[in-house]
Amino acid sequence: MFSSNCFITDQEIAWCPGCGNFAILEVLQETLAELELSPHQVLLCSGIGQAAKIPHYVRVNGFNGLHGRALPPAVGARIANSSLKVIVQSGDGDTYGEGGNHFLHTIRRNPDIAHFVHNNQVYGLTKGQASPTSDPGMKTKVQAAGVILSPFNPLSLALTLGAGFVARGFSGEKEHLKQLMKAALSFPGYALVDILQPCVSFNKLNTFAWYKKRVEILKNHEPTDIEAAQRLARKWGEKIPIGIFYEVPTPTFESQIPALQGKWGKEPLAYRHFDPNTLAHLQEEFM
Amino acid sequence: MEINVLIGGAAGQGVDTVAALLSKVLVRSGYGLCSHRDYMSRVRGGHNFSRLRIASKTPWCIGESADILVALNEETYTVHRSRLTEGSRVVYDPDSFSLPSEEERGIAVRLQGLAKESGSAVMANTVAVGAVLLLLGLNLTAAEELLEQMFAHKEGMVDKNITALKKGYSEASNHCSQCFSLPEKEAEGKRLFIDGSEVLGMSALASGCRFLSAYPMTPSTGIMNYLAGKQQYGVVVEQAEDEIAAINMILGASFAGVRSMTCTSGGGFALMVEGLSLAGMTETPVVIIMGMRPGPATGLPTRTEQGDLEFVMHGGHGEFPRAILSATHLEDAFYRLNKAFYLADRYQLPVIFLTDQNFADTACSIEPFDFQRLNYERYLVEQKDLVIPYWRYRITDDGISPRALPGQFPGEVVLADSDEHDEKGNIIEDAHTRRQMVEKRLRKQMGLASEMEEPVLYGHGEPDILLLGWGSTYGSLREAVDALEARGRKAASLHFSDLWPLPVKTVSQIIPSVRKSFCVENNATGQFASLLRREIGYEVDHKILKYDGRPFMVDEILQEVEKNV
Ligand SMILES: Cc1ncc(C[n+]2csc(CCOP(=O)(O)OP(=O)(O)O)c2C)c(N)n1
Ligand code: SF4
Repeated sequence: MFSSNCFITDQEIAWCPGCGNFAILEVLQETLAELELSPHQVLLCSGIGQAAKIPHYVRVNGFNGLHGRALPPAVGARIANSSLKVIVQSGDGDTYGEGGNHFLHTIRRNPDIAHFVHNNQVYGLTKGQASPTSDPGMKTKVQAAGVILSPFNPLSLALTLGAGFVARGFSGEKEHLKQLMKAALSFPGYALVDILQPCVSFNKLNTFAWYKKRVEILKNHEPTDIEAAQRLARKWGEKIPIGIFYEVPTPTFESQIPALQGKWGKEPLAYRHFDPNTLAHLQEEFM
Repeated sequence: MEINVLIGGAAGQGVDTVAALLSKVLVRSGYGLCSHRDYMSRVRGGHNFSRLRIASKTPWCIGESADILVALNEETYTVHRSRLTEGSRVVYDPDSFSLPSEEERGIAVRLQGLAKESGSAVMANTVAVGAVLLLLGLNLTAAEELLEQMFAHKEGMVDKNITALKKGYSEASNHCSQCFSLPEKEAEGKRLFIDGSEVLGMSALASGCRFLSAYPMTPSTGIMNYLAGKQQYGVVVEQAEDEIAAINMILGASFAGVRSMTCTSGGGFALMVEGLSLAGMTETPVVIIMGMRPGPATGLPTRTEQGDLEFVMHGGHGEFPRAILSATHLEDAFYRLNKAFYLADRYQLPVIFLTDQNFADTACSIEPFDFQRLNYERYLVEQKDLVIPYWRYRITDDGISPRALPGQFPGEVVLADSDEHDEKGNIIEDAHTRRQMVEKRLRKQMGLASEMEEPVLYGHGEPDILLLGWGSTYGSLREAVDALEARGRKAASLHFSDLWPLPVKTVSQIIPSVRKSFCVENNATGQFASLLRREIGYEVDHKILKYDGRPFMVDEILQEVEKNV
């Protein structure tokens, strides 16, 4: 009954052959099917970039907004309709560069959103400039002498800000990635999965083989140990850990908003009946 | 017959409290009242003041003179002594400063001292209110009732405040038994005393706005404050991390099905323009209240200006339809903001509601609103009209596509996109589809234009002198017309509330008979006059422009008119 075919669209996919995005797309479609979600129950929000084209390739509701701005519409939609499963899917430039401020504050807010970042350590759509996660020394047309900025560490930052679910995946480890996506989608609150994704056209440094040699699926890690999670998050080099670094739920944003509780709780804000006449008494306070 | 009261002091001294208490007592007693706050961008110190104008009918704007000056500090007296007239009175605390020896209008009331005697120095404000009530010849009944309501939940505070009130009243009576006689009462029955921010907040809530996301910025913060205090009615208020987040959040919420709004001022709107353009491209209904204050940049944070008309008209990249409405006076604004939500939903586009500090911080006595007049239709596609498969951007004759919410129809999905897209919402780059989509969006402009209300003509039907204006100058223009007619001139004002698309019928009809036209604007370049020229090729004869951050006084308009006719 539920198959990943339900989530396929007729759109021609505008990614380069061999791009890591294909695997992530496939895994996402399988994840949705295995979680027995119907297309109309899911909302996919994205910004702009190669990764951010994904709402066109998955048959679910989609809001493909502005570069760097994938998170705020997702938060708004979550408030408006709590029956939607909201997923944000975007690139590393989109999320950590242009959208850095939203990234910080969405973590603090903790809405029930799964956030999958396609981290190819480069700007793909604009043809190969450095991204906030580019490794130092990487040469591009703009960073002609090599990247000199220290790389942004999304996992470490997310942990520091108190994110309840922090994970790293790799597009070359599809089964493992599916488990991460499932866990993120089942987690009540903001769940970050930073996904290492080779860009075959512009990132000649962090290639498929480069990642493949280094990634190491976490074993015997206790995902409630914040200190251990932080240590893992700082590991980047010969060995790059992938898996769930941290998973401890805290109260969600929605669960603390008065208008989404109590007698209101069950009915999504979007579908509530409303009659302006019932508010005429608001004037009394001014009499 | 009218009385003007000015209460001034340093920020933190309680100017607002005195003004608020006094205003409420006057309105409850049946007098017509208009008040305005003038404050500095600081939390303590500086010089703030409030002005009340009491007349037999609710005045349209505040007055320039001060019949009663409540000087909570010496600076207030120094700054405002030029507003005093022969019969004026100055209420001051002789323990804090003394008036010059030649000043005979002083009413010495030991504000602090009497407050302490009543139980606490914080009640100096109540003492001052008692003194003013004596000067106005009012008894204390209404004030006592008000204090009882205000402090009902605070042990012992009712009695203490009433004591303070009486002490102020009695100490003032050592100077005169009753220094002023109030005008006739305006009306019996309950009226509201409410300011612009509160009107807009209440209208938004009653219009079914259930989500506001904003970043605080004067003068629009009052709207956010109002709604934040009403979350028990099922509205969500989120303070965003910045204005970029604010507008993108309301876009997401609106897309998912909730009437949503943000409020800001020029600098915040500057950050929102990319999102405004996104609303245009995704055809998502949103209302943006844009409270103008003087710019450029941070400008005069707490003052007023009408300097952003051109900005909101042109802000946002690309070409897309939008509507711009403005706040003129309190009663009108209540219904007009509802219209903003209606237009946004009906035409699926951004609507900008232009207001300013003058509007936000002016409070008047007005009749209660009629909530039955409010529109709350959502204009969503219904099951019976649903064409399957559902396409968000289906091409239609009026440019309005069937709007469904994500999740509304099982099996169907809704896709919105900031890239140019086809009827399904998918990214396209071909020339033909691009043309079709641009034209589809722009076709909405026709429908929108038919919704725009013609400006209000006030005064002579065939005027020699025509005052043109828009937004919060409504009251000053009306009073200027009254004054001109009293001087035997054939004068009228034509005041615009709906600004874009600009309704031009009335103005085109009246212009030929007008001898001298004046465009009155709170800005330095005459932006509305330029708009008129652009839309109908008409050049006004004179521009009366004010850009010092303060609202227009009627006399200023009259002087300019008389100089040029
Ligand atoms: C405001 C704004 N600035 C710049 C751009 C141009 N732009 C589009 S995508 C992009 C970077 C994309 O990089 P990333 O998010 O890492 O995604 P990728 O393409 O690598 O998947 C940029 C700079 C834009 N669309 N909007
Ligand atoms: S440029 Fe890179 S990220 Fe973009 S599609 Fe090509 S390979 Fe993928």
